[in-house]
Amino acid sequence: MSELTQSFDLSCLMPSGSENIVKLGHGSGGRMTTRLIENIFLPVLGNDILNELEDAALINIAGANIAMTTDSYVVSPIFFPGGDIGSLAVHGTINDLSMRGARPLCLSAAFIMEEGLPIADLEKIVKSFQQACLNSGTKLITADTKVVNKGAADKLFITTTGIGIVEKFPAPSVKRAQAGDCVLISGDIGRHGIAIMASREGLDLETTIESDSYPLHNLVWSILNDSNEEGYEKIHCLRDITRGGLAGVLNEIANASNVGIEIREDSIPIHQEVKAVCEILGLDPLYVACEGRLVSVVTANMAEEIVSIMSKHEAASGCMMIGRVVADHPGRVVLRSKIGGNRIVDLLSGEQLPRIC
Amino acid sequence: MKYLDEFRDLKLAQNLSSRIKRITSKPWKIMEVCGGQTHTILQYGLEDLLPAQIELLHGPGCPVCVTPMELINKAIAIARTPGTIFCSFGDMLRVPGDKGDLLQAKAQGAEIRTVYSPLDALNIARNNPDKRVVFFAVGFETTAPANAMAVHQAKKLNIRNFFLLCSHVTVPPVMAAILDSSENQVQAFLGPGHVCSVMGWKEYEEISKHYNVPIVISGFEPIDILTGVLHCVKQLESGKAFAENRYARAVSVSGNKSAQNILHEVFEEGDRLWRGLGAIPKSGYKLNENYKEYDAEKEFLVEAVNTQESSLCISGEILKGLKKPWQCSAFGKECTPENPLGATMVSSEGTCATYYKFGKTQVKQEGDLSLV
Repeated sequence: MSELTQSFDLSCLMPSGSENIVKLGHGSGGRMTTRLIENIFLPVLGNDILNELEDAALINIAGANIAMTTDSYVVSPIFFPGGDIGSLAVHGTINDLSMRGARPLCLSAAFIMEEGLPIADLEKIVKSFQQACLNSGTKLITADTKVVNKGAADKLFITTTGIGIVEKFPAPSVKRAQAGDCVLISGDIGRHGIAIMASREGLDLETTIESDSYPLHNLVWSILNDSNEEGYEKIHCLRDITRGGLAGVLNEIANASNVGIEIREDSIPIHQEVKAVCEILGLDPLYVACEGRLVSVVTANMAEEIVSIMSKHEAASGCMMIGRVVADHPGRVVLRSKIGGNRIVDLLSGEQLPRIC
Repeated sequence: MKYLDEFRDLKLAQNLSSRIKRITSKPWKIMEVCGGQTHTILQYGLEDLLPAQIELLHGPGCPVCVTPMELINKAIAIARTPGTIFCSFGDMLRVPGDKGDLLQAKAQGAEIRTVYSPLDALNIARNNPDKRVVFFAVGFETTAPANAMAVHQAKKLNIRNFFLLCSHVTVPPVMAAILDSSENQVQAFLGPGHVCSVMGWKEYEEISKHYNVPIVISGFEPIDILTGVLHCVKQLESGKAFAENRYARAVSVSGNKSAQNILHEVFEEGDRLWRGLGAIPKSGYKLNENYKEYDAEKEFLVEAVNTQESSLCISGEILKGLKKPWQCSAFGKECTPENPLGATMVSSEGTCATYYKFGKTQVKQEGDLSLV
């Protein structure tokens, strides 16, 4: 597919005429989000560390290698099949730390509550938050609470910041993918997005799908440390799949590492029910969110071993090799369809599902 | 998944591909009518399986794309009216009028809800008796029966706060308009499978006979499309032109009678303006005399605003199959799915948006469309 090498810049060069206000699509994790970050945030707030746009920043403080990340959780509804906003707020931040090879240590949290939120609901979420901390070996060490007028928030928003320690280098990075590497995925995609979608009011979809929300720190530890060879050298990228879906993560890696990625449609694991809901609603599962899945990019000679290490974990029992990193078409993700044609998998334009994390 | 996996089968696709290649001796231009078919062609890279002589032209069958800008402006004005809940399928929300889109109106406080069925909108009306609830009824003969049913139910249940903003269009008149055009390049059609599942396919026999053009009623999965192309080529190569049904698992000769009955109960034929194509006589449905009190355009007296399409946009030529998206100077530059300038970029099933999404952005060599 060498004809793919001349890439064509698809980014919108003109400031969009209708972009004088923030729209939901700006939060989709797709192209609109990227543009908001690049045009509004980075020109003012950017610095050598923030500009890296990694899942977690790595800094050296007084001789210690610290990883730090922050994330806000605004999922609606706050209770959904397979989890709630409390456990999600822990898992998401644990996962962002883990993707840099960091061992999660502690969390801070800010709880923004809407007037009228039932205390019983809050209690449930706080307990779920604590259980998720216990399960992932972290603790909440500082927190804040605020209450806003009815309508000024939707029941409950949580922001968590996580700190972890990096003990070995080089850390996995979105920039380290190299031509020849293999692309692995830890399990089937789209469960979180579909579980949220199906639990929304107004959609009478009967599914048994539960969110895949799960802390991935133990899985990452195994990937990096359980192989025969030096894992930190050979595991190039780890990225958890969240909003923007698998397509979003692969595009981020292709762009940041300036490589092409080729994936095979028939190797991407998708649960039958997720596939069915996507068919009914016209969604592309490649763009549907997960909260407990990761993509790892590893040297080709390690791929089989890493797959077998991953598949020992419950959280990655469905892991698969889905494609390869190539030198052609840098910045582009190309999918070989089930019937043998090729297409480019681009970032999502606008929003596919609102407020899923 | 049953009824899907069989129609996405690699071996079958390869078999069809070699049969098409074997019988193709001349260049042919075949138009698929529906946006859903265009989407499948690009999603599965089907053009990679066809011989270079076969060019697929992408037709006008995306209802979101062809909804005129005037109506989008009206929708936005209605949605902004206090005490209104405006309901729509998701795709319509980011279609731009000349001053923003419905998503923008929503961000600025208008109560706009995405629904998956017009009956959901009717429920919203029932649960909010103090508000006026408007459903944006867009679509071809496929979506029209469900929308007719919602109005019919509203009347039966005496729900008086439910209205349709109606922009229904029909396929046969626009196919005729394309064939009547002096610039027409279409030599055969993949017919609109889902429209025919409602309407049957007799109308297409008439078009085929009148214009001497092959029409193969086709489905929406890769194997359906390749089968449709194969039978178009068979007819073209043998100099025949007739209508045939290759989507028999969904389409019968006379279609879905109950759906047709509810259409006739609620709607009547009307002239329609098509974005990118202009006015086409008797090319759509409007609410008939018995249901006129459910017409949002009569209930909300919003002025029609004069509109102007971008001078860069060539969507009219794209809808008629005369040009490809990459032949437009604005494609992927001034015009993107987030900032669409015209009809074919606005819906995910529009030709330009589909080309953009699947990265078909340039021509490799003349006549040989490929990934770049």
